[in-house]
Amino acid sequence: MVRNNIRGGEARAGWLFTAPAVLIIGVFLVLPILLAIFVSLSDWNGRGSPLGNAEFIGGDNYAAVLLEDGLTQRDFGTAVRNNLYYVLAVVPLQTALALFLAVQVNRRLLKGRGFFRTAFYFPSVTSSIAITTIFIFLFAGSGAVNAVLSWLGVNGPNWFANPNGLGHMILGAAGVQRSGPIADGGALGLTWYDWLSGPSVAMCVLIILAVFTTSGTFMLLFLAALQNVSQEVQEAAAIDGAGPFRTFFSVTLPLLKPTLFTVLTLGLIGTWQVFDQVYLTGGGDPGKTTLTPAYLAYSASFKDLDWGEGTAISFLLFAIIVIFTLIQRWVLRDRDLGRSGIRREKRAVQRLMADAEAAKIGGNADAGKGVTR
Amino acid sequence: MRSKMWSVAAIAGGAALVLAGCSGGGSGDSSEPLTVLIGTSGDAETAAVEAAAAAWSEESGVDVDVVVAANLTEELATGFAGDDPPDLFYMSWDQFQTYAGNGYLESYGDDLPNAGDFYPTFKDEYTFDGEFVCAPKDFSTLGLIINTDMWAAAGLTDADIPTDWESLTAAATALTTPEHVGLSFGQEYARIGVFMAQAGGSIVDGDEVVADSPENLEGLEYVKSLYDAGVLRFPSEIDAGWGGEALGAGKAAMVIEGPWIKGIEGDFPDTNYASYELPAGPGGPATFSFTNCWGIPEGSPTADDTESLVEFLTSDDQQVEFANAYGVLPSSEAAAQTYADSNPAIAGFVAGADYAVTPVAFDGAAAVVSEFNARLADFGTADFAGILADFQAQLEAAYAEANG
Repeated sequence: MVRNNIRGGEARAGWLFTAPAVLIIGVFLVLPILLAIFVSLSDWNGRGSPLGNAEFIGGDNYAAVLLEDGLTQRDFGTAVRNNLYYVLAVVPLQTALALFLAVQVNRRLLKGRGFFRTAFYFPSVTSSIAITTIFIFLFAGSGAVNAVLSWLGVNGPNWFANPNGLGHMILGAAGVQRSGPIADGGALGLTWYDWLSGPSVAMCVLIILAVFTTSGTFMLLFLAALQNVSQEVQEAAAIDGAGPFRTFFSVTLPLLKPTLFTVLTLGLIGTWQVFDQVYLTGGGDPGKTTLTPAYLAYSASFKDLDWGEGTAISFLLFAIIVIFTLIQRWVLRDRDLGRSGIRREKRAVQRLMADAEAAKIGGNADAGKGVTR
Repeated sequence: MRSKMWSVAAIAGGAALVLAGCSGGGSGDSSEPLTVLIGTSGDAETAAVEAAAAAWSEESGVDVDVVVAANLTEELATGFAGDDPPDLFYMSWDQFQTYAGNGYLESYGDDLPNAGDFYPTFKDEYTFDGEFVCAPKDFSTLGLIINTDMWAAAGLTDADIPTDWESLTAAATALTTPEHVGLSFGQEYARIGVFMAQAGGSIVDGDEVVADSPENLEGLEYVKSLYDAGVLRFPSEIDAGWGGEALGAGKAAMVIEGPWIKGIEGDFPDTNYASYELPAGPGGPATFSFTNCWGIPEGSPTADDTESLVEFLTSDDQQVEFANAYGVLPSSEAAAQTYADSNPAIAGFVAGADYAVTPVAFDGAAAVVSEFNARLADFGTADFAGILADFQAQLEAAYAEANG
């Protein structure tokens, strides 16, 4: 009886402590998401509550964005293409930079480690609006960046006003023009040639901005994980004759795999949701090459009062993020588990048996095949 | 015993939350002030609107609360979505058709005693489905603004002020030097479109979209000729955010902007300029007008009071006061003439009201215009015929959807 009361009291206390958080998340996150699902399947025009003033129209909004030929589909295709190049550029770069910085800051011989840690982390705590505004000044046509480039004899482009895609420039240099089969077929309203445009020069500035701002946060995550890699492991690797690169790639990096997974997931989610920078630099200027699905959802809803289309784009974006995260999870999966893991183990055991046989016979030519060192 | 106390505490907490949530709903008594949501251009405008509202409050006895919006479009959208829109708000030309088409606005224009005072062009602009929906509060037209110092330095006189396309090209060529370009304006439909209209083209004619026409193409080709000759550069290419900045910073000698150009005096007090009517094209004179109206939400319970407030705010005397305070042009013909007589500097803008057209703005057109602007981004290699063809097709689709 007494035990029941104690446990009961703990359960009640637990519920009481989590009640505010559950209420807030429920009211401000779960309910709006459910309502947004309804809006995306309705023709709500923004007046009054969607529950009373809208009709259920099924998947018409999704069809307009994905299937029907028109400006809506083309805008969505453009936004997805731009964001895809942004993700493919930012995620590897920021992960690599964060890892590099973390390794450098972690070195035992580094003096002033606290200073470097703070300096690299500083952009992450600064408001993204402030940083974007500074970048707009730095990368103006006659701004600081172009001035520095002119010292090196390079005529810098008009960064934020240049809509030319890097991919198109490379293809142009290789002689590929907008003609033939790649200019005819396409997907989501864009021709294949459009899909190969690469990030525009303006988008490249946003990529540099993102890498500069977020690598600090991920550096901290890697730093924490690196400090958990014990000295003994690295000393053992050194004794076995591994140089610094070998130690890093074959010993340290596999031990960082859980953190790498976290960093990649957070990076994917964050880059697919980029909005602040797009809003500040003109909402897609120049030439809709910095348009992203998140901004498109905002402008469709608030400016064109097309709430159904806006919410449909939001949920499509959600689906894209989930797919990418699942792909990334599959790529980084632990290969020692599951059916492939059992097969690898069997193969490893067979190799060891073969080596044992060869060693028994002694000094055979094919003993070199499976000898592990 | 302990469990009883926990239950009592939980019930009390829940009851408090429920009471707090329910008490906020019962509002709407007559002692609440009217909310007026404005998107201001600066302190001068805010002060002027507040003074006018206070003057009306004294007369009528109804309190008015002027709220300055940080982002008018967003705050209006959220207000309507939450069924709590402001009692009166600025309705801009580019969103009017969208709002009216979705049934957001109360049609009160015909009920106004001074409905006949407004320019017919603006009255038509704010007529939807045969009803005069909202009262225009001001207007701006585009004019040609010339840096007088650079003009004199190039040896040009009053006789050289551009009145047609040839004289515009000549003046721009004379004014282009290594330090500054002769002409600059935004790389968008809201500026390039005037040349299309001056060539005699239009976008919507009655019930038909006529964007893909030889006249519109002629207008675009003329702009291209200026660009290729090197006498026209867009603000983004000469390190300016917009035409006004290009003029103020001395990067362009002539720009195409509206009476809001007055605002550059704060940042660039040493730039001397004068404004003139835009030159006429092969199809005659044409310019764009940008207007705002006073919007009242559909079904608003305070409509009577707000209509009375609008009548006060659009009266001739009040409009001239607004014009003197922050430079917008009055929307009633008499008031505009009064203001133009005492301010010859803006006479060119007021004269433009007679032949001004509104940029295309029906529900869904904004996305198409945005795409048109995006296609113009690479101006040097743009294929105008193709762009106009796509513009036509997309506008037709949007028009069909808006009226379907």
